[in-house]
Amino acid sequence: MSSVLILVDHVGGVVPKAVGELATFGKRIGDVTAVICSSKSAEIVPQLSAFAISKIIICDGIEFEKHSVGATAQALAAVVAKESPAAVLITSTARGKEIAGRLAVRCDSGLITDAIDIDSACVATQSVFGGSTTVHSTISHGTPIVTLRSNSIEVEAGSGSPSVENFAVSFDGVDKAIVTSVQPAVKGGRPELTEASIVVSGGRGTDGNFAPVEAFADVLGAAVGASRAATDAGWYPHSHQVGQTGKTVSPQLYVACGISGAIQHRAGMQTSKTIVAINKDPEAPIFEVADFGVVGDLFAVLPQASEGLKKA
Amino acid sequence: MKIAVCVKQVPDSWAEKKMGSDGRLDRANVDAVLNDLDEYAVEEALKIVEAHSPTGEAGEGSGHTITVISMGPERASEAVRKALSMGADDAIVISDDALGGSDALATSLILAAEIKNGGYDIVVCGTESTDARMSVVPAMLAERLGYAQLTFAGSVKVDGTSITISRQTEFGVEEMSAPLPAIVSVVEKINEPRYPSFKGIMAAKKKTITTKSLADLGVSSQSSWSTVKDSALRPPRGAGVKVADEGDGGNKLVAFLQERRLA
Repeated sequence: MSSVLILVDHVGGVVPKAVGELATFGKRIGDVTAVICSSKSAEIVPQLSAFAISKIIICDGIEFEKHSVGATAQALAAVVAKESPAAVLITSTARGKEIAGRLAVRCDSGLITDAIDIDSACVATQSVFGGSTTVHSTISHGTPIVTLRSNSIEVEAGSGSPSVENFAVSFDGVDKAIVTSVQPAVKGGRPELTEASIVVSGGRGTDGNFAPVEAFADVLGAAVGASRAATDAGWYPHSHQVGQTGKTVSPQLYVACGISGAIQHRAGMQTSKTIVAINKDPEAPIFEVADFGVVGDLFAVLPQASEGLKKA
Repeated sequence: MKIAVCVKQVPDSWAEKKMGSDGRLDRANVDAVLNDLDEYAVEEALKIVEAHSPTGEAGEGSGHTITVISMGPERASEAVRKALSMGADDAIVISDDALGGSDALATSLILAAEIKNGGYDIVVCGTESTDARMSVVPAMLAERLGYAQLTFAGSVKVDGTSITISRQTEFGVEEMSAPLPAIVSVVEKINEPRYPSFKGIMAAKKKTITTKSLADLGVSSQSSWSTVKDSALRPPRGAGVKVADEGDGGNKLVAFLQERRLA
């Protein structure tokens, strides 16, 4: 059976659920080989036993943390040359897509990004133009390299312990850009926006007060998003912006609070499984895509809902 | 310093986009504009030059040049013109019938060939185009050219031989630096793109836009490394239930979430 490489993404040695999703997709195509490019493999390997992985390849080096994506693409290309996999699957984060892009150039292989599904014949499904169009594509040249959005599949549990191999990496000619300092992100205790299974977002209707939005998000264990109007006004950090020029999210539940739902915002959240909208304006376009809408003041509706859920 | 800014002409981001029968974005029936996110790249290039110019201004007398590079149909020169009216010095539009349907691999191959021709010290890009939204061309350019990659910059500092950026990632706020030459992509919070002044618009009419074919560039490329099998409009999301808040909107919301097992 052919093998499929998946890249093990991690933040400070912690492996996100998205890696399990890659393994679940990969198993449809072949035996899953997980590639770790990090100096933290000792912490990472045990976390992989939860997933459907048959082999682990460790590329060790502090260069991966120091040199950003160029080093990872270089190592991964060497692993691809050795393993000749049927496909390479990577999580569709900004970093993952850049690694995939550089890998595609190195391997002279086709690249599909932001896929939401891939079948056993490597036919990838994408949702494009703000979720209005579904596209099926295949790679016509080289090793298929596909990045997959998180939250696209239920993670299948692993069975048995994968074999572990070390792979010696050359960093000759690696990208000269170096990370000189990192100020770790302040842990707000909330899940990462693109990974979260529930997202609660606030817009113009918050009038700058995100407290009820955050309180509702915390009751649901959700990430907090914001519309462009809210981030442009400086009410919430740009890194939380959902929409055409911000992040694209596809959670199980998306709650839009005080967001009118302009096409630019919908482009970033339209593929959410269930959409709830709260808005004072009954004509707001967000209601056209909402499964459940409340016409009302978010400052009344959200606190009541938060209280109701706490009691439940 | 020689600075290049890569820009793309895209369908207006407010327009509804549709797939053509050839499996490509239908570009004929929508207004085409300069990609919003590329305006930040043009602005940042101008800022870099202004900081190093004896007159404090970009253009002649600054000792530095900003060249706008775009690949696309001939009408892409309209989008390029906007960048020139903001203050860039000249532009190159790579246009060839053989480039229709180019994917990111082809685009980066062609742009890299032109950047190599020009021998630029810094290449500035936006983070993504608002149509394809792959966000991979800057990284691909770095890989093809062997330039240092500093992407998603929230601030940029250049000191003549090296470049330093800061950026927000899932790891926190990172500072990165590299010797030139380098590829930089800039996020939209980095600056406030200037509106072209009347003087700038008039001056842009006299600036040179060079159109090049693939033969002029001396490269050839397949247009795509992937194939669209089929595409379909997603059935529109039917609007669901809409209730008015009569003092119980929050409770009704909770009931909905519980019924759907979402809470």
